[in-house]
Order: sequence, then structure tokens, then C-alpha cells
Amino acid sequence: MTAVTCIELCKTYRQGDQEIKALDHASIDIGEGGFVCLSAPSGGGKTTLLNAIGGLDIPDSGEVWIAGKRIDNLGKGELANLRLHKIGYVFQAYNLVPVLSARENVEFVMQVQGVPAGQRAEKSMAILKEVGLQGLEDRRPAEMSGGQQQRVAVARAIVSRPALVLADEPTANLDSKTSDALMELFVQLNKTHGTTFVIATHDQRVMGYAKRLIKMLDGRIVDDIDQQAA
Amino acid sequence: MYMLRIMSTLAWRNLWRNHRRTIIMISAITIGVWAMIFMTALMRGMVNEMVRDGIRALPGHVQIHGRGFLDDPGINNLLPMKDEDVTASFDAAGFDAWAGRIRVPAVVTSERDSRGITLYGIDPVRERDITFVAGDIVEGRFLEDADDSGVVIGRKLADNLETELGKRIVIMSQDPDNEIADRGFRIVGIFEARLEAYETSMLFAGKSAIQKMLNVPDRINEVVVLGDDYRNVDPVVRKVTDLVGPGVEVLPWYEVDSYLGTMMTVMDGFVLVWMIVVFLALSFGLVNTLVMAVFERVREIGLMMALGMRPTSILLQIVIESLLLLLLGLLIGNVLAGATVYWLRDGIDISVVAAGMEMFGASSLLYPQLTAHDVVLANVVVLILGSIASLSPAWRASRYDPIEAITKV
Repeated sequence: MTAVTCIELCKTYRQGDQEIKALDHASIDIGEGGFVCLSAPSGGGKTTLLNAIGGLDIPDSGEVWIAGKRIDNLGKGELANLRLHKIGYVFQAYNLVPVLSARENVEFVMQVQGVPAGQRAEKSMAILKEVGLQGLEDRRPAEMSGGQQQRVAVARAIVSRPALVLADEPTANLDSKTSDALMELFVQLNKTHGTTFVIATHDQRVMGYAKRLIKMLDGRIVDDIDQQAA
Repeated sequence: MYMLRIMSTLAWRNLWRNHRRTIIMISAITIGVWAMIFMTALMRGMVNEMVRDGIRALPGHVQIHGRGFLDDPGINNLLPMKDEDVTASFDAAGFDAWAGRIRVPAVVTSERDSRGITLYGIDPVRERDITFVAGDIVEGRFLEDADDSGVVIGRKLADNLETELGKRIVIMSQDPDNEIADRGFRIVGIFEARLEAYETSMLFAGKSAIQKMLNVPDRINEVVVLGDDYRNVDPVVRKVTDLVGPGVEVLPWYEVDSYLGTMMTVMDGFVLVWMIVVFLALSFGLVNTLVMAVFERVREIGLMMALGMRPTSILLQIVIESLLLLLLGLLIGNVLAGATVYWLRDGIDISVVAAGMEMFGASSLLYPQLTAHDVVLANVVVLILGSIASLSPAWRASRYDPIEAITKV
């Protein structure tokens, strides 16, 4: 079964008098357990595609299907529900809630989902240990390094075991060592939990970890490489 | 429930991110709530004092007259029943206090001057619990019984007549046959009232003496009854009406003295208007604080929406934040107002403006009066209007596009 299907997605932005085609008839299929990198130069459309897959951005035309359900025609509430239960997000800037501790940030999604406190605590402590943040559970984002914060964001994205994790330039603000550690964590989670990862990046080293590399240019899919076969 | 908990946690912690702004806002709410409650207590105290004084200045809680007496308060509008029958039935009814009177317009003449006054023929024993005069005697004595041949007059009237304690005056009025009825009395007591008008216009004599003078033995034209609480006189009105039957007019104090009655009604409306005006001034600060708080957290709000929080939850979070601010301000404001009222429980001396206050029938000592109704009203006004005021920034926050918000620098 496919985790993500995009059919002929088009999205145009206006910038002053200029029309920018962020997506130009982009179509992809990503199977469950996939580990895919979307690669493109800046403005190539990878983030727009990622946002369309995550229901954060509605394409002008085309269809988006997640786990067999069409989502591009859903309302705001239904999309919020989809993101809450089916999708984990990792953003470029760590995007943690500054007034919550690492554990509370990780628990946030579960709390919104209505998971009981005991289960939340257990799961959040386990996932923080898994991402190597044991002992830092009570620190607030301002008291952690960039790498640590991004790992908290990853923990938050995967703690409720979403079928799909979308990551937008997750290593953009990290040094190479921390980037490698994070990617290895993604790979490990992909292997052990079967989570589907779709990562938008223009970092060559990140691309090296992907099983499949989809290259974009000016909103179009220009190449789709199975890196395992290669 | 879980959502409410996380929203409350976020709202509380977000409040203290900019603690200086929060403290300033809480201080503003506190001062506003304090002003609402304390000023209302002062106004209530002033009006209550005026009403109590007014009631003690003879209207009582309920009055009984012959029909049309208020339009023509003279000797021709006597009560249809005899004085002794009134005494028997009212004593048997078990009222807290009551008194029968004869009240007529009259002219009082001294050796030097004369003045128009209202003459009260009273039973001094019964009147002690009802009117102010017995307690306000500053020279001489109060009347001893209904047959007392002396009179009690106000200080100002004595000055106007250029007379004094122990001197004789002549009172002149009209009997039921429209004949002049007059008699000489000796001044046995002088009273000083809080209001100068009382001193110049009232003259008290024994009821029997006046009945004899006016040639209306065993007849009266006014009965006054006192209940437990002037705010709740309807039961007394009903009881009196049942007692006296349909031939007479039974009126509560607020109809007898419509100025006082209107003042009470206006006061209730004024309290609400006052509270809303204070709140409106406050609401600008509140809305501004929330707008700033939302503006500073656009990215976070976008993030929470991107993670799956519904717009309604975002809206609720901002409203909760506003409610927490309001609750803190209310708590401190209520305590402060209560403490201020307690501190000033012995009254505030406003004798500097006493003359001006007397024009409104108020005394120079103000006793703030805190009522549960006013405190609840102030709290409800702040909470409800505060929540409504916070809806605008909360609504704006809930309408953010997550992607635009999350990429906002």
C-alpha cells in the first residue's frame, strides 16, 4: 500500500506581478516504510510539495492521497486531525514551544490526542532516551543546543508512532556531526518502526541516507532515483 | 480535559514570559476592580444613608392615609377609623414599630417672626423607634407623651423665629370646618437634624394636644409602620393592606418619597453603567496586551496548528490566558476593595463638602457599604466583558495560516 500519492499537483504563488510555479504537475508515489529525499535548489518546490503532503498547503489542482485517503479536499479541522494522528513533522528551525520542557514538548501532541498522563510520561521518557536525551527531559528549549532541540523535535514527531514523518531541511541548522547523528536516528526509526520518511533537503549528505531520491526543479519532478538499486 | 489542561498550562506559562507586562496588566485590572467595588460601596453607602435618613425623617417603611392625602395633606383627609381602633388593630398585628400621627400644614409665630411649617402631632413613645427627633435633641427634652403640652422645634427654625428653649410660640392651622385653630405652646426641646430642611420645616407636638387644638378628638391622618428592611417592604405593605381594608391608601416609602425611591432605582442603573465604563477603560489595555502576546507568538501558534491543534483550541487558549489575567486581577482587586471598605468601616469624614452633600440629603460622614450583589456584579461584568474583549485577538490567532505563521520571522 502506498503511504503517499500525489497526482499532477500544481501550485502557483504570486510575488508582486510575477507568478511563481511552486508545483508544476508534480506526481509521486511513496510506499509504506519508504525513506525518500526530495531534493531541489532553493525555490525548487520541495517544501511546497512537503506541505501539500502534510495538508498544510492546498494545491491549486491535483490530488493528494495519504494512506489511501484523499486529503486535498478536506476542511481545516479534518486536516488538523490528520496531522495530529497520522503525520509527524520536523521543521527546519527546531520549532519547539519555548515555555514547555523537552518532555512536555514531546508530550504535547499526545496530550492534544488525549493520551492519558501515565502513558504519555512513559512514551515520552522512552523516546527521549531513544534520541539520546536522557537526563535532559526537564530542560526548556532555551537551555539546549540546536542539535538537542532538533532531537526533541524528532522525538515529538515520532512519539505517537505516525505512519508518515515529514521533515523539512531537518539538518539545515546543525553541524555535520549532529546532522549525521540525526540521520542515523531517522534510518534506525525507519528500520525498526517501519515509519515512512519524506525529507526535503538540499544537503548531499542527507540525500546519501535516502533509499530513494526525488529531484525537483521549478516545481517539476525531474528525476526519481532508487538509491538502493544504485 | 487533556486539551484544557495543556491549554491552561500554556496560557499560564505564556503569561509569565513577559512578566513585566503581565504585572502591569494585572495591576490595571486590580485598580479597575478595586475602583468598581470601592466606589460602588461608597455610592451605595451614600444612597443608603440618604434613604435611611429619609425614612427616619418620618416616612417610615409604609404609610397609611386617607385616599388623596398626598395631594392634599390637610385635616380634611383623616383616616376613616378612630385612633383607638387603629391602636388596637396595629398592636395586635405585631409590627416591629408603628405610630399614628396627625400631620397638617401650619404657621408658627414667635414674638418676633412667623414661619410656615408642617406640624406633627405624635405619640412620642411610639415615635422613638421611628423618627430621628428623639435622638437629635440638643437642648431641653423630647416630648414625654401624647398629652405633652410642649413642642420640639429645629435649631434653624428657632433661629429664624428668634426664639429659644422655654419660650412660647403660637401655632395656627385649620380645623375640619375650615375655621382657624390656634394654640400657644412652650418650646421644651430643640433638635438639630443632619439636614437643615428638617430643622426649618418640622415642628413636633403631642398628638392629643394637636387633636384637641384641631377639634378632631380620637382621629389621625397618618399611620407609619416600620418593617425589617427598607429594601423589602412589600410583605409589610401586604400585611397592612389586609389589616386596614380597601378604604385607605397604603404606600411604601419609595412612593411616599418618590425622590428617594427614584434615587434607589437610578443608583442600581448607575452602578452598572459605572462598572461598564471602568471596564471599557480597562479593556483597551487588556486587548492590547493580548494582541501583543499573540503577535509575539505567531510562530508558536502556527507550529501548534501544524502539529494538529484545531483553530478552536488556539482561540480557547488565548481566551484562557485572558481569563487567567482577569481572575488574578479580580482576586487581588476584590481583596483590596474589601480591605479598604473594612478599613473605612467607621466612615469617611467629608465635612469639607458637607454643605454640598446636604443638598442631596446625604450626611457628612460616608459609610462605604459592600453588598454581595455589587461584588458579584463587578466580577461578572469583568469576566464576561473581558472574555468578549479577548475574542478579537483570540479569533485573529485562530485564523492564522500555519505555514505563513511558522515561517514568520
